[in-house]
Amino acid sequence: MTFIYPTDSNKAHPLPLSPEYKSSIKRAPSKPLIPMRHTLSELTGPVYGHETVRDGDNDLTTQHKGEPLGERIIVHGHVRDEDGRGVPNSLVEIWQANACGRYVHVRDQHPAPLDPNFTGAGRTQSDASGYYRFVTIKPGAYPWGNHHNAWRPAHIHLSVFGHSFVTRLVTQMYFPGDPLFPFDPIFNSVPDEKARMRMVSSFDLENTKPEWALCYRFDIVLRGKDATPMENH
Amino acid sequence: MQDSVKPNGITPSQTVGPFFKYGLTPTGDYAWNDAFTNSTLTPDVTGDRVRIEGRVFDGDGAVVPDAMLEIWQADAQGRFADPQDKRALPNASFRGFARCGTDKDGNYSFDTVKPGVVPDPDGKPQAPHIVLAVFARGMLRHLYTRIYFSDEAGNAADPVLGLVPADRRATLIAVREAGKAVYKLDLRLQGDNETVFFDV
Repeated sequence: MTFIYPTDSNKAHPLPLSPEYKSSIKRAPSKPLIPMRHTLSELTGPVYGHETVRDGDNDLTTQHKGEPLGERIIVHGHVRDEDGRGVPNSLVEIWQANACGRYVHVRDQHPAPLDPNFTGAGRTQSDASGYYRFVTIKPGAYPWGNHHNAWRPAHIHLSVFGHSFVTRLVTQMYFPGDPLFPFDPIFNSVPDEKARMRMVSSFDLENTKPEWALCYRFDIVLRGKDATPMENH
Repeated sequence: MQDSVKPNGITPSQTVGPFFKYGLTPTGDYAWNDAFTNSTLTPDVTGDRVRIEGRVFDGDGAVVPDAMLEIWQADAQGRFADPQDKRALPNASFRGFARCGTDKDGNYSFDTVKPGVVPDPDGKPQAPHIVLAVFARGMLRHLYTRIYFSDEAGNAADPVLGLVPADRRATLIAVREAGKAVYKLDLRLQGDNETVFFDV
């Protein structure tokens, strides 16, 4: 186990303190992170069996008696590593607001209706090539208290494991062309524009299901074992 | 050109936000099942069963009621439930992973076994430890830290603890309660006694 996940890859991430995002001010460490070599504890990671994911867990539109309101969509893509290899058998968990921009979470008090037919949680495992697929409804934008007239662009939260504890990723998938992008401090916490755009899904006409659902493609790229540094800064 | 295959970089992290509970840690409060609990214990697990508990605080000393913690560790023999670890895993159902959301008072707890000794890249023994990832609203990327155990003599020679200034090491060491298999460790995201986080 001599391979290393280069820490240069982490430069794509936001800095812990991003003052425009008010909640980061008291929750970001004030001391520098301490660099360390990866040991077996960092290079290994949890492996899941089929018991973690049940049939149908990747379809958020069929979890209740009726169909949820909103625009039915397919979200699919590959979990890859930085070297372009598919990451097989990786757990992918998602959660999101409903079509009106309301979460079922008890602390979400946004005065938009809940949908009795939509919880907004799903999970799946990438297949042998790293491919994953969800069916859900397009989440709505919603207001939040960060600053005057703050609205989050529509997004789906994703949690991905990969094959090591250092490839662990929690992120948000956005939708192309959202007019709220320039005003969102969470989206803009990623300093590099190209990196930021890697959080935006692409409209995938080819894989829409006619008369049924539009489709968005979102490839999730995790740290690679032999990744070479990016040259396009 | 390989450019169409090779991505230009990783997908950046974004905060887990305030509303992950119904998806990631529902624990009976929402119409969704748990993929994980705050326990790594399985019927065939061997070793010393321990509880690790504490609270999470922000830079004002206020409790963090919406953090999610994940642990990853070796079994009591120091072996990982991952095929990348080529050594045999005798207790086959042990996974070594658990997840816990903090409660309204910032409390977390894990039920697990004390891990065994794991070698560092030079083959030098590391003291028993658990890798901990911390996620929360306000944290744009999760942070990595470690949990060590106060009653382990090996801490003194541990190569990772050795990287940490002596006056900050206590933030990584869970303290055993007298007479109980319970260890206490509070996490401070910022400020005095700020928890040591690692750049991995």
